[in-house]
Order: sequence, then C-alpha cells, then structure tokens
Amino acid sequence: MYGPDFEIKVDQIVARYPHPQAALLPVLWVVQRTRGWVDLASEEWVAERLGVSAAHVHGAVTFYTMFKQRPSGKYHVQICTTLSCMLRGCDELLEHVEKKLGIRAGETTPDGKFSMVRVECLGSCGTAPMLQLNDDYHENLTPEAVDRLLNGLP
Amino acid sequence: MERILTRNVEKRDSETLAVYEAGGGYQALLKALRELSPDQLTDEIKRSGLRGRGGAGFPTGVKWSFMPKDPKKPSYLICNADESEPGTFKDRLLMEKDPHLMLEGCLLSSYAIRASACFVYIRGEYVHATRVLETAIAEAYAKGYAGRNILGSGWSCELVLHVGAGAYICGEETALMTSLEGNRGYPRLKPPFPAQAGLWGCPTTINNVETLVNVPFIVERGADWFLGIGKAPKNTGPKLYCLSGHVKRPGVYEAPLGLPLRELIYEIGGGMLRADRPLKAVIPGGSSVPVLTAAECDVDLDFDSLAAAGTMLGSAGIMVMDETTCMVQAIERIAHFYAHESCGQCTPCREGCGWMEKVLKRIEAGSGRNEDMDLLQSIASNIQGNTICPLGDAAAMPVASFVTKFRDEFQYHVDHKACLTGPRVREFAG
Repeated sequence: MYGPDFEIKVDQIVARYPHPQAALLPVLWVVQRTRGWVDLASEEWVAERLGVSAAHVHGAVTFYTMFKQRPSGKYHVQICTTLSCMLRGCDELLEHVEKKLGIRAGETTPDGKFSMVRVECLGSCGTAPMLQLNDDYHENLTPEAVDRLLNGLP
Repeated sequence: MERILTRNVEKRDSETLAVYEAGGGYQALLKALRELSPDQLTDEIKRSGLRGRGGAGFPTGVKWSFMPKDPKKPSYLICNADESEPGTFKDRLLMEKDPHLMLEGCLLSSYAIRASACFVYIRGEYVHATRVLETAIAEAYAKGYAGRNILGSGWSCELVLHVGAGAYICGEETALMTSLEGNRGYPRLKPPFPAQAGLWGCPTTINNVETLVNVPFIVERGADWFLGIGKAPKNTGPKLYCLSGHVKRPGVYEAPLGLPLRELIYEIGGGMLRADRPLKAVIPGGSSVPVLTAAECDVDLDFDSLAAAGTMLGSAGIMVMDETTCMVQAIERIAHFYAHESCGQCTPCREGCGWMEKVLKRIEAGSGRNEDMDLLQSIASNIQGNTICPLGDAAAMPVASFVTKFRDEFQYHVDHKACLTGPRVREFAG
C-alpha cells in the first residue's frame, strides 16, 4: 500500500520494537502523513502488517483524537479552549475565526481549504490564546495577527 | 539563583549537540560510566532528595531502587514526555530548547536502572519538539552517546522516540505503557507496579522529562549541592514553574522548590495583568488540583507546603485568575476537559465526569437547581478513590474545591441566572 517507500518506512518502524504491535501508533502516523487521514482500507492493511485485528486498529484510531477519520481542510486550524487560554480570550478568538472562515468549530469550508476544531490544552498556556495550524503553533494571538496569518495562506 | 535546568535555553542553536557539548554536555554521562556503578548512581539520586516532577512527587532514587539488580528480562526506562496537564508547558521548553540535556538524563537514568532501552513517549501535538528530538537522537547515536557500547563502556542502550496521538490519559504511567504496546491508552491496576511488570511485562521505570534533566547536574555536582537548593530535606532542587492566566508576564520560570506563590505572581510574573483587577484565585499545580482562594495564597510552592494547604504542587502549572473570572465558567471548562479525556474504563469516572460537566453546564447556562451544588459534591466524592487510575480524582478534586470555596457564586448563578462577577468582558487583544 502507498508504494515501496512507505513500506520500507513501516519496516524500519516495526524493527524498533520487540513486538510488532507496538508500532501501531507510529505506523498510523505514517499512514496519516501519507494519505492525509486514516481510511478503513489502511486500517485493514495496518492490522495485517502488525498481526492484530482490524477491529483493534479501528479501536485505536477512534480512541486517539489526532487520527483523522475523514479528510480535513488543506489548513487544519485547532484552537485550544482549555482554562488558561479561556482566561486570555480563546472564546473570542474562536468566535473571530468562525466568523472569518464562515464555519463553526468541527466544520470544513465548502472549498476544502480550511477546517477548524476546538481542542484541549496544547501546552501553550503561557502564550495564550493560541492555535495550531497544521503542524505549527501560533501564539499570543490578536485579531490582527490571526487575520494576517489566515489571509496570507495560498 | 543560578539557572540550572534552563541555563541553555536562550543560547543560540541551543538544541544542537555542538552547543550542548561546548557547555560541558555529556560529561556527566562520561563521569558516571567511568566512576559510578548503577547502584552508586541510584544512591546518589536517593540522597539528593530528588522527587518526581510529573505530579506525584515520588522520590526518584527510591523508585529506581525497585528495579531488579539481576534482571532475567530486559529492563526499560520510559521518559514521560506526554505533557498534557492543563496549565503545564515546561517539558515542551526543555525538549525544544535543550533536547540533549533530556537525552543525557535519559541515558544516565537508564544506566542506573540497567535498562537496555529508553522509550521517549511524546504527545503528538508537540510536532516541533518531536523534530528537534529526532535530530538530537541521531546526533547522540552518531557521537556514540547512545546505542551499542556507549563511550567504550561496554554498556548499550537504545533511544526510541514514540509519538502519541492525542490522549491526556496516556500521561498516566500505566496508560502510557498500554498505549506504547499498541493499544488504546487504558490504565492498568497497580500492583503489579511497573518495576515488577511494566512494558511487555518487563521491569520498567517511568520518569517525567523535568525529573530526568536534574540527573546530569546531580551526577556532576553531587547530592550535597542539590540538597542546598530549595527546602531540605524533602523539597530539594531547582523547579520549573509554569505561570499562566491573568498575569503580566506568563511563562516558564526556574527557581528553587519552595518559591513563595506571591513572589512568583507579583515579582517574577510582573503582577496581575490589570492592576485594577485584583487576584481572586490560583490553581497551583495544573487543573487537577484543588483551587486556592486569594486569601490562601501565602504559601510556598513545594510538595509539602501545598499539601499542608490542602492542595498539590502537581505539575507546577500555576493558573492565576483575577476578580473578573466567573468560577462557574472556569470549573465548567475544567470539567469538560476531564469528561472529554476520561478513557471510559471505570464507570465512576466515565459517567461521573460527564455528569459533573452536565450539571456545571446547566448552572453556567442559568438553568441550575438549588440542589445542584450538593449533587456535584456527591458525584465528586463517589468518583474519588473508586477508579483504576488518578484521572477520576483529578476531575473530582477541583470540582469539589470550587464548589466548597466559591459556593456563593454557584448559588448566585442558580438564583439570578447571571454571574456574580457581572457581564463577561474578555478581550483577546491584550
């Protein structure tokens, strides 16, 4: 699945552990990095490769919130709404982004460019409010900074 | 105080091996491998009084001494880098800015417990820290600090970085092991303790990132030096405090254990965010611990002083709230977190966390009932002590403390369908 480079990468990961099953999370990460999300066919492939049931893999994919069970937008915006961020205005940040993108938390824009979710503490409490755009943290946000960030995306 | 744990973080290219070595990096590893047996190293850590910085404050050297000295199976160290306790962001700083310090701590600790591998379990959201650590691990292998026959000593230890995928529960040590083995992150009953039967049934020790970064300094400078910092004998050493909320200068600050809370807020942190909005309450140890009212804030930030004050140092996530904070809204946010993060194994936690959130949501929305405050106390006390892991307690303790200490605000919400603190004004521009 996904070509020889992908399978070599999986083999390398599996070799790090005394038991293949331990590679479950890292291999699912490779799937998600390759495909963008984790579909059922990939879950079955991973199950076969690691010697566990497809139900076991699906159980893990549905347990860990970072595994995506459907495609997200090209830009996936995650806004922390836990207490420290709340004290520094994350609810207002969320509202601002909702208005700006025209979607509610949990939705994707019709053109597939943006998806946005509210998430729990991302460990950025001293630089609140913040959001994670794909892999990167953006901290100490103001409405202007959010606008600059989102407007500048191709 | 001289900065110890964070002495490198502001250096240019602090994450590189070259900069770390230029500052004396990996000398402690070399020293230990040449001069100390694993048991001597464990004894030195025991004597230093170092206590776990992940939340529980268990003496690190004592934990290590539970590991078998003549193991029949492989032994493992796990570096718990799954920092997820709301209000906590110290390990992220260490990993992003001084990864080799953490790795040296991992290697020394692995040596002490005779581990053949150290697994670093990092939370999935820390993508930047993960990349920094990947590079640092490759550098350490290339220089012979990790892998086979480390620095010619005959001792071998692998370093494996394992990335989580978004589950607070995996910061709990038994859930972490279950997750690392390739499962949903479900906690396990103790006993057996990890040192008896941990990862794949093998002897395992789990230490927090900040705990481990203390180890190279104790090896270099000795237990007596460490005992001179903080409040001997039981609250020793440097500590990283994570300051957030309504203060002028939030951030990670290093100071000895036992730093007065007011000094952290008013001197180091620059005081309250708005001078006209005085302090109302502080959560001193991450969202799991009981809240302190402003009147209770004459306390030192260490394990035993905070325990005496009825709360905990926890992960030293100090969340500061000013008088405009609605305590109903604040605890509703915390309860939501635990309801979201409960793994679902134990009924009291799975049902109780959701129930507390539901009751708090209705009080917050103005449809609370007179009996709701007693109901919350009852749910909290039925969760506490009745679950496999401490997540249930972590959800129950803050709820019980908020309702006890700020009951008038909850009652006001029920009676007036509004906040005692008045309309919410919270701009995110400042």
